[in-house]
Amino acid sequence: MSLVAEADARTAVDVALRGRRRQLGGMLFRFGLLATLLLALAILLVLLVTTLVDAWPVLTTRGWDFVKSDTSSLAERAGVWQGLVGSLILTGFVAAFALPIGIAAAIYLQEYTRDTRTSRILIANIRNLAGVPSVVYGILGLVVFVQALRAITGPGSHGRSYISGGLTLAVLVMPIVILITMEALRAVPANIREGAYGVGATRWEVVRSHVLPYAAPGIFTGAILALARAFGETAPLLLVGAVTGYLSTPSGQAPLEILQGHYTALPTQIFAWAKLPAQDWQANTAAAIIVLLVAILVVNFLAILLRNRYERTW
Amino acid sequence: MSVSATTPKPVTLELMGGSRRRHRKERLVRVLFLAAAVLGLVISLAIVVALVGRAIQWLIDIDLGWLWTEGWFPRQDEFDVLTIFSGTVMIAVIAMFVATPLGLGAAAYLSEYASPRTRRTFKPILETLASIPSVVLGYFALQVINPELVQRIFASASTFNYLAAGLAVGILTIPLVASVAEDAMHAVPQALREAAYGIGARRMTVTTRVVLPAAVSGIVASLILGFSRAVGETMVVAIAAGATGGSLRTINPLDRGQTMTGAISSLAIGSDQVRGSGFAFESLYFVGLMLFVITFLLNVVSERFVRRVRSRY
Repeated sequence: MSLVAEADARTAVDVALRGRRRQLGGMLFRFGLLATLLLALAILLVLLVTTLVDAWPVLTTRGWDFVKSDTSSLAERAGVWQGLVGSLILTGFVAAFALPIGIAAAIYLQEYTRDTRTSRILIANIRNLAGVPSVVYGILGLVVFVQALRAITGPGSHGRSYISGGLTLAVLVMPIVILITMEALRAVPANIREGAYGVGATRWEVVRSHVLPYAAPGIFTGAILALARAFGETAPLLLVGAVTGYLSTPSGQAPLEILQGHYTALPTQIFAWAKLPAQDWQANTAAAIIVLLVAILVVNFLAILLRNRYERTW
Repeated sequence: MSVSATTPKPVTLELMGGSRRRHRKERLVRVLFLAAAVLGLVISLAIVVALVGRAIQWLIDIDLGWLWTEGWFPRQDEFDVLTIFSGTVMIAVIAMFVATPLGLGAAAYLSEYASPRTRRTFKPILETLASIPSVVLGYFALQVINPELVQRIFASASTFNYLAAGLAVGILTIPLVASVAEDAMHAVPQALREAAYGIGARRMTVTTRVVLPAAVSGIVASLILGFSRAVGETMVVAIAAGATGGSLRTINPLDRGQTMTGAISSLAIGSDQVRGSGFAFESLYFVGLMLFVITFLLNVVSERFVRRVRSRY
C-alpha cells in the first residue's frame, strides 16, 4: 500500500521535473501568437517605408512647394494644397455637427433612459449604423444633400459642395462618436453619480458637474480619433462630388460662396492620382500619402498620449 | 438644550419640488438630448428610404433580364448581379484568410500572454494600423502587394486583380477582428483560468481549451464583423481590383474584376460615361441597397453573438 503511494509520488516528481522539456509546444505556440503581432508591425513598416521611398524624390526636390501648390495637369507642378485645405474644412464640419449632436445623443442614451425596449432598439440601431459601409453614407449624402437640398448646399455647384461633403462625413462619423462617448460615460462609477444625487442635484447637474468631468478624457480621445477617421475617408466623397481632376479656386469669394462651391479633399486627390499610370504621378501619389499619414498619425499619437496620461481605473 | 424660539416653517410639497428654474432647465436639456438621440433613428430611416425608393424605381424601369447576363457592363445595360456579388464575396474571403489568423493571434497574445507593459507597447501598433485610411492601402496593394508578392508567385496575375486587393482589405480588417476578439477573451472570468492552472494546466492549454471555448461567441462575432467590413470596403477595391468600366463574371482571383462597392464608386465618378444610358447611374441605388442589406444582416447576427457573451458572464 505504502509502496504504491511512494511509486506514485516518484512519477509525479518525475513528471514535474521533466515538465519543462515538454513545454516546447507551448513556447512555439507563444511565439506563433507573438509572430502575428510582429507581422502586423512588419506590414505597417513596409507600408510606411515603401511609400516614403517612392515619395522621396518629390519630397526632397520640391518640399514645401509640393504642399503649397494647387492641382495641375502637370505632375511636376501639382500639389496638395487645395486637398489639404478642403480636408480641413470638411473635418471642421464634422467637428461642428457630429461632435455636439453625437455627444448629446450619447448622454441621453446612457444617462437619461432606463433599460427599456425602446432604448435597446435605439442603441442597437446606432451600433448597426456604425457598421454601415461608408459608400452607403455617400449614397445617402447624394440623395439628401446633393439632390434634395441643392438650393441650400450649393445652387451653383449642383450641390457638389463643401457643405454636402462635410454634412455627409458628419452623418457617417456620428454613430462612432455616440458609441465611444457612451463607453466613456459607462466607465464612470455609479457612486459618483449617487454622491451628486444625494445632495439634491438634478439629472443635468449630475451629468455636468460629476459625470462629464470624469468621462472627458475618454470622450476627447474618441472625438479626436473620429475626426482623424473623417479626415481620411474617401469613398463617400466620391459620391457627393469631390473633384478628382483639376480644381480652380477663384480668389475673393465670400465664405458662404466658398462653402457652396466645388471642392476636393486630400484622400480624393490621392485616389485620382493613384489611378494615373505615369511614374512621376506615382511619386506624387506617394508624397501626398505621406502628407496625409503625417497629419493622421500625429493626431492619433496625440490621442493615445492623452489617453495614457488621463486613463484611470476605478 | 436651548430650543429656538421660532418654530421652523413647515416643509411643503412646493419646497420639496425645488427651484422652478432648475426644473425648466432640466426639461430643456432633456428634450435637446432626446432630439439628438432621435436623429440617429432618422438617419437610418433616411438611408433606407433613400435606397429603397430609388432601387425599386430602377427595377421597374429596367428589363429584369438585364440582371442576369455574362458580366457587369452598366453602359451596355448589362447588370449581372452575380458578377459583383461573387466579386465581393471573393474579396471578403481572401481578406479573412489574412485577418483571421493575424487578428485572432494578436488578440490571444494581447489577452493571454502580454504583460501590461507589453500590452501598452503593442496595442498602439494595431491602433495605428486601424487609423490608416483605405486609399493608402489601395495604393499599397497596387504598388507593392501586387508586383512584389502576387505577381511573383502567380506570373499570370493581371496588373489589377482580386487577390492583391483582397490581401490589402485583409490588412485593413486585422485591427477590427483583433479588438473585438480581444474584448471577448478579456471578458472570460479569471476564475476559469485559475481553476485550470490549479489542476496543472499550462498557459497554452488554458488559452486553447479554456479561454477560446469560453469566448467562442465573441470570436465568431469578430469574424462576422470583419467579413462585413471587408464586404463594405471600397477604396482598395476601386484602386487595386481595377474594373473601372465593367467586368466579366469570373471566379479567378488573379483576374481584374468588379465588386458591389467598386461598382458604386466607378458609377459615381463617371468612369462609365454614364451620360449614355440613364439606367447606368441609377443602378447604384440598387447596388447600394444590396450592400446595405447584406452588411446589416451580418451586423445583426454578430450583435447576437456578442450579446451571448455578455449574458453569460
